[in-house]
Amino acid sequence: MIGNDRLAVRKTYKLYVNGAFPRSESGRTYEVTDAKGHFLANAAWASRKDARDAVVAARGAFAKWSGATAYNRGQVLYRVAEVMEGRHAQFCEEVAAGEGLSSSKARAAVDAAIDRWVWYAGWTDKLGAVLGGSNPVAGPYFDFSLPEPTGVVAVLAPQQSSLLGLVSVFAPVLATGNTAVVVSSKERPLPAVTLGEVLATSDVPGGVVNLLTGDAEELGPWLAEHADVDAIDLTGAPAGRAMEFEREAAGTIKRVVRAPAGGEPDWAADPGITRMTPFLETKTVWHPMGL
Amino acid sequence: MTHVLDPDALSHDARALVAPLPPYDDVTRSDAAFRAFLHGLPGVDQVGAEARAAQLGTRSIKTTSKAWAIDTAISMVDLTTLEGADTPGKVRSLAAKAKQPDPTDPTTPKVAAVCVYGDLAGVAREALQGTGIHVAAVATAFPSGRASKAVKLADVRDAVDNGADEIDMVIDRGAFLAGRYLDVYDEIVAVKEACGDAHLKVILETGELKTLDNVRRASWIAMLAGGDFIKTSTGKINPAATLPVCLVMLEAVRDFRAATGRQIGMKPAGGIRTTKDAIKHLVMINETVGPDWLDPDWFRFGASSLLNDLLLQRQKLRTGHYSGPDYVTVD
Amino acid sequence: MTSTPFEYAPAPESRSIVDIAPSYGLFIDGEFVDGTGEAFKSVNPATEEVLSEVASGSEADVDRAVRAARRAFEKTWGPMRPADRGKYLFRIARLLQERAREFAVLESLDNGKPIRESRDVDVPLAAAHFFYYAGWADKLEHVGLGTQPRPLGVAGQVIPWNFPLLMLAWKVAPALAAGNTVVLKPAETTPLSALLFAEICRQADLPAGVVNIVTGAGDTGRAVVEHPDVDKVAFTGSTDVGRSIARAVAGTRKKLTLELGGKAANIVCDDAPIDQAVEGIVQGIFFNQGHVCCAGSRLLVQESIHDEVIASLQRRIGTLRVGDPLDKNTDIGAINSAEQLARIRELSDIGEAEGAQRWQPACELPAKGFWYPPTVFTDVSPAHRIARDEIFGPVLSVLTFRTPDEAVAKANNTTYGLSAGIWSEKGSRILKIADQLRAGVVWANTFNKFDPTSPFGGYKQSGYGREGGRHGLAAYLKGADQ
Repeated sequence: MIGNDRLAVRKTYKLYVNGAFPRSESGRTYEVTDAKGHFLANAAWASRKDARDAVVAARGAFAKWSGATAYNRGQVLYRVAEVMEGRHAQFCEEVAAGEGLSSSKARAAVDAAIDRWVWYAGWTDKLGAVLGGSNPVAGPYFDFSLPEPTGVVAVLAPQQSSLLGLVSVFAPVLATGNTAVVVSSKERPLPAVTLGEVLATSDVPGGVVNLLTGDAEELGPWLAEHADVDAIDLTGAPAGRAMEFEREAAGTIKRVVRAPAGGEPDWAADPGITRMTPFLETKTVWHPMGL
Repeated sequence: MTHVLDPDALSHDARALVAPLPPYDDVTRSDAAFRAFLHGLPGVDQVGAEARAAQLGTRSIKTTSKAWAIDTAISMVDLTTLEGADTPGKVRSLAAKAKQPDPTDPTTPKVAAVCVYGDLAGVAREALQGTGIHVAAVATAFPSGRASKAVKLADVRDAVDNGADEIDMVIDRGAFLAGRYLDVYDEIVAVKEACGDAHLKVILETGELKTLDNVRRASWIAMLAGGDFIKTSTGKINPAATLPVCLVMLEAVRDFRAATGRQIGMKPAGGIRTTKDAIKHLVMINETVGPDWLDPDWFRFGASSLLNDLLLQRQKLRTGHYSGPDYVTVD
Repeated sequence: MTSTPFEYAPAPESRSIVDIAPSYGLFIDGEFVDGTGEAFKSVNPATEEVLSEVASGSEADVDRAVRAARRAFEKTWGPMRPADRGKYLFRIARLLQERAREFAVLESLDNGKPIRESRDVDVPLAAAHFFYYAGWADKLEHVGLGTQPRPLGVAGQVIPWNFPLLMLAWKVAPALAAGNTVVLKPAETTPLSALLFAEICRQADLPAGVVNIVTGAGDTGRAVVEHPDVDKVAFTGSTDVGRSIARAVAGTRKKLTLELGGKAANIVCDDAPIDQAVEGIVQGIFFNQGHVCCAGSRLLVQESIHDEVIASLQRRIGTLRVGDPLDKNTDIGAINSAEQLARIRELSDIGEAEGAQRWQPACELPAKGFWYPPTVFTDVSPAHRIARDEIFGPVLSVLTFRTPDEAVAKANNTTYGLSAGIWSEKGSRILKIADQLRAGVVWANTFNKFDPTSPFGGYKQSGYGREGGRHGLAAYLKGADQ
């Protein structure tokens, strides 16, 4: 070291579970490198017990999060965008390093990821009107249908797009009032950890999102079979295992979002609502109309 | 027969003078208590009640049961004329029909009662002497009930003195809708007293009460106050007796007997014109309160044109072919 | 009830209106054809009389049907003007109405359900479903899937025996309106109304191959579900079979909707309209002999009114008439099959063995056929199997609660989530409880009401996807981006 160059303080990358930053209960870590193979960090290697704890946390947070007003959830999601914006440079660095992108491409991905939160923040209080409504039944009844969150959603995040892809799969889970257990990209987990720090300093209640760094191949079966998980997004499931995970999910009639055919989609494209509807139930309520 | 208007009857006391049967003997202790009791009765969901009534209306009755049902219905008719144009001649003609509804068939049962205005009760009484057919008179400023309590009581006494052994009174719907339930109760108690030995039928005029919750509450006021029958309507207001209203009133008499041991009769009146309608009511009795009420002492039809339809259907059953209006007598 | 001269004489609906052939083939590509599988018998569960012999579809038959459906999808139904597809569905709706009596009698004969229900519920609702979805056929851009929603292709549909024609309508009408063609497998014990429906398709001049009906048992259903050229699978039935279907389509591109079992709580609060609540309890559990996935099989009654409600309920049950399904006065018909009867008996016996109190009214059951009297179990605890397992019969389990929170907790304490009921005169309480219940259909102050405009389907292990309303169409369409 020359002159007054300061020696950087490195970050310890941990899991984000129930609003806290634990190491893996297994004590395991794994080496994360950049796209060129240079050492970046040792990430926590989440175990099945971490996944189990994350599900407990997500279930615990569900009542309050799903019961919050849609306006409140929208503001919380918007707050995530605000706080992310403040860490813009850090995300750019991590995305560029992890995904091997040019700085301008990395910036575009981070911009899009932040904007995605804004998109979903604006959806929370529109879904009821767009997906629900009153049903003109042939009788003296008032009958209406409303979308409601499915519950605890396990998300195997995309392996390639470590930030935009990640946000694209779990922001809609939150926007619809579900709580999430997210397994990050195995080889590119660092943006997920930083995003956990953003979530912790936004207004997202602890437990609503739980971010696990580690191996979707290892955690997938536990989450697919877990009886207290209501839905699973297999986007980041390793090729060749997705069918098996889907079979396991069938045991408890989970809602399943399959891995996209033909590899990861263009995450920058207009997301539409197709990533929200799989995690919404429709509840229909009937009541007589009489004097 | 003159009656001095009783000045006491004009003053209102918040506490009812005559307590209802146990276990309800304290519910009339104050306006507030009575209101709390009546509003504490289970609510009635109109849509559910209508659906149930409609379902009971789909029961299919055939052959032997139908013959029995028609004869039972005839024996339950309060053959009624309540017109400004009524005359002694009209009442005598009605009484003749009451005794022998179908001149071609002496096995036809006679009706339960003839129902007239109080001033003609004497005519009916004379015409029906020795037949066992009751003379019912409407009273209490029928049909509106808009007169002072004293006038109403005088009206009742007059009808009884004229020979009525059944009095069909109207409740004070104004007081009821204004929430003065104890006034309604007290008036029924007073009318019951004025009836002496005559049976008291209490007309709720459900078409003016509008909601089934009100029908249930009014039924309970009438039963608690000592009415012997509760009756739907005067026949002068539409809608009159509907199946859902009858259902709620039958549930009331059922629940009242279960709680107090006292059986109250029920009389739908107005709007029941066909044998089919009458049979629907009998089915409803059968499945709601049970066969104890399948008796003219406990169930009446307030009607006029119903009787002819019952007779036509009876003729059809007997002869096997359809009959026509010229084969029954005009009223 | 004490004896009275007022006994309802039997008022049987004449069965002469319906002409049942001694045997039926499969309906493939617009023709009735012989099946290559072994034929099976369809039995009247009220008499055990064999109604007809029905062909059993083999894998090869299913393949033939799927190929016919694919051809129709590509050549006729798919390219057809949407408005014309709608007109065919309107025709079908009208034909069902015209032949309603025939369908009602046939349904009661084959299924055992009372004619009052087949006549007043099953058949009119089936026609209503076709009429409703007919109107959607040329309005799909308004469903909410973008301006160019596309059909999925060939839909394989497997339906249960509890509402044979109605479940057919729930499946076929939205599928066709969305532009798909179908291969439908009716339940093994109730194939006849689907075969009569095939005749309706012919009377409507529906192009060949648009609707194919392949009768048979589980193997036939499996062949439909697993056929590689099926794009969409829709199933209504048990959760166990639903699981195996979800496993079977895993890893394929088949879209799947499942409408499975239930163990619905019917919550009666102390401020309920009691007389209507009692009717609702009866309607909830005894409608269609309790062979209803959304049946209100768990009565949750507030402790303070338990005795009063049970007394009223027992009195009311005493007036239910069990017997000949074709008698217009019958309230409860026959259990659909010997197997189902055995299951109801088994679970009831377990209920008694576990300490619940069984109550049944005095009621005479016919000597032949499959019958089970209306049954109420009191003193049921949430740990009892009769409080957890779907019985699918006229058996009610009564539990109590003290506070609304406890009612919700007990109601949601199930792996199912299809339906629920609430009885209360307090609006805000109803809305709060309805909000907290994890169930796809909540009936407040009513029960077991259905309408084509009203989405129906479950949470949790009661399945996914909705039938009815525009939600029901979404199950048969894909957006431009999908």
